[in-house]
Amino acid sequence: MKVLLLILAMFQAAPKGNVETGKTLFIKYGCYECHGREAQGAVTGPRLNQNPITYARFISYIRKPSGEMPPYTAKVVSDQQAADIFAFLQALPKPPAIDSIPLLKQ
Amino acid sequence: MSKSQKFSPSRRGFLKGAAAAGAATLAVPAGTAVGAVPEPASRRVAAIQNPRAEIAVPPEAEVMTTDHCGSDFMVDVLRSLDIDYICANPGSSFRALHESVINYGANQKPEFITCCHEESAIAMAHGYSKIEGKPLAVFAHGTVGLQHAAMGIYNAYCDRVPVFIIVGNTIDATMRRPGVEWEHSVQDAASLVRDFVKWDDTPISLEHFAESAARAYRITMTPPMEPVLIVADSELQERAISEKDKLRAQRVTRTAPPQGDSGAVAETAKLLVAAQNPVIIADRAARTQAGMKALVELAEALQAPVIDQGGRMNFPSRHPLNQSGRGRALIGEADVILGLELTDFWGAVNSYRDQLERSSRPITKAGTKLISVTAGDLFIKSNYQDFERYPEIDIAMAADAEATLPSLTEAVKRLVTPERRGAFQARAAKLAAAHQASLEQSRADAAYGWDASPISTARLCAELWAQIRNEDWSLASSTQSNWPARLWTFDKYYQFIGGSGGAGVGYGAPAAVGAALANKKYGRLTVNIQNDGDLMYAPGVLWTAAHHRIPLLSVMHNNRAYHQEVMHLQRMSNRHNRGIDRAAIGTTIEDPNIDYSKLAQSMGLYAEGPVTDPKNLGPAIKRAIAAVKRGEPALVDVVTQPR
Repeated sequence: MKVLLLILAMFQAAPKGNVETGKTLFIKYGCYECHGREAQGAVTGPRLNQNPITYARFISYIRKPSGEMPPYTAKVVSDQQAADIFAFLQALPKPPAIDSIPLLKQ
Repeated sequence: MSKSQKFSPSRRGFLKGAAAAGAATLAVPAGTAVGAVPEPASRRVAAIQNPRAEIAVPPEAEVMTTDHCGSDFMVDVLRSLDIDYICANPGSSFRALHESVINYGANQKPEFITCCHEESAIAMAHGYSKIEGKPLAVFAHGTVGLQHAAMGIYNAYCDRVPVFIIVGNTIDATMRRPGVEWEHSVQDAASLVRDFVKWDDTPISLEHFAESAARAYRITMTPPMEPVLIVADSELQERAISEKDKLRAQRVTRTAPPQGDSGAVAETAKLLVAAQNPVIIADRAARTQAGMKALVELAEALQAPVIDQGGRMNFPSRHPLNQSGRGRALIGEADVILGLELTDFWGAVNSYRDQLERSSRPITKAGTKLISVTAGDLFIKSNYQDFERYPEIDIAMAADAEATLPSLTEAVKRLVTPERRGAFQARAAKLAAAHQASLEQSRADAAYGWDASPISTARLCAELWAQIRNEDWSLASSTQSNWPARLWTFDKYYQFIGGSGGAGVGYGAPAAVGAALANKKYGRLTVNIQNDGDLMYAPGVLWTAAHHRIPLLSVMHNNRAYHQEVMHLQRMSNRHNRGIDRAAIGTTIEDPNIDYSKLAQSMGLYAEGPVTDPKNLGPAIKRAIAAVKRGEPALVDVVTQPR
């Protein structure tokens, strides 16, 4: 039964999120502090832009992170707000191709 | 000292004799001298209350000048120690020494560098030492000046850097001017910082000063290199001296740095050669080009990966054995780990979670052998806890890593068999591929947020690198991002000087100016990625750079926050399930935003900014470099992403 629930959770569909609200919350709730304002990642937190994970994995991790990230419980970030942030991350554009950036060829 | 110069009698000595005579007279209790006529009580009280009575000298006998004084000799001593500069904020407790530097010494070797804060003076000395490999001197009041200097001294202590500190004081209470000289005098000047200097002394004669200065120099230059402090009493400074005093500076011989025990070196070589997955971790291992070369030779003899923790410029960034970006994975697979001058060996082999329940666990496999070479084991004090958590080491060498590397490499080479050499080559190929993959990944990662505003730290570092890569450059700052290490080519020891040591904020700007002062004579382009919060501790060091024409390019990493603390506040807010949108209170530097270009311009620098559009950054840096090449300091304010 446990395994079945786990499998179901893995395929849990993301609630419909609002990209613009998610963008606001990403800054307001301090996600940018470690991951960067464009979710580009830094020494303090991994890149979230173009780093696809499932919504189930996303919500599970922010509620009870296994690493250094501070937990965002349902008391402070609702499921809907989490879905908005997830939608924002999913909507972030791809970076320019490296070949188009001469400075990164040096 | 020129023989043609005349010497006057000691003014202080003369006055002191007069005062002592007066005091002796007063010390005779009435009625104790049999047969003596008792002095009227009213006369005795008058003598005590009137200080002029203690030093009454007939006007015609008063000697008011002298051609040479003790502080002239102190300058001779500093010259004998090859001290090129003195960084100081002026203070009356070393007024004679200051005057001797600029007049007797003609303000040349040592040259007086005017600082706006003693903490800046110490941090300049800190940055200077890491480039030049020797200390400059810092003068400070023994009380208020040393209190200002204290945090800088602690940084230098933690970072194992030689700094030669001289503090002024007036120990003889009868010689102090009424008023503020009392507030600026102290019984034991060094006590304030004794927990974090390696050695101190309070000489009571000029001969004593000469010996203690020589001893202090030798101590600060012997690994572990740490600050030393000498008290220069104002009486010694201002006392007239004559040829008959026969003063001379002591000859100083540098102490050879301690090398690892030969048996421990042999055992280490045996373990490293036999290891399937050896890993070398270096923190403050290399302080010279020879040190970097020695580490390359060891790594190549073993074809072992090197993780450069960046306390110094230890290992070339583009060498295929540089695996700094893969540290945790390699440590997890290692069977032998050699730590060279690690600040925190325990932290290198354990993971730690800063959650409500703090926890840790080893990241090494069971049975991994840990070997440490560090001079830090030779000098540990109790109070300040910079020695970090206790690591369970298998072979511990209390020795200087740079000095030990050649013998260790020779021992390794003697043990390498053809069979092991074959295994090493196979390992080398894998590591080279991983290094190239890391570099390509870094370039790919840098593209994210490339056109963002605030400007990404990757973009900032890439734009800066494009402008300096063909120069003889020196990065004189630690960075809050790791992009220079990921994108730039470092292969000289002076291209990176590590961090502050004690993580005391306010080190960055003055350390960069000090490093630039050292680089100036070599014509190097000194570059500083300057944090905004750090600069605001003591921005007056920008004026020092302008005043003394110290060429330095500062590029602001202006994230308008004490960002480390923003993250700590966020952590606490989340942990307590409240106010997760308020971490900016008390941690950000906004409203109003500080205009760093105007701040710099007000102190005589060429400055531009704030730059918010990444397209404008490259040209702004280029124009600033042109100013630096004219011999000026320059600053470009860049509004950046947090990290």
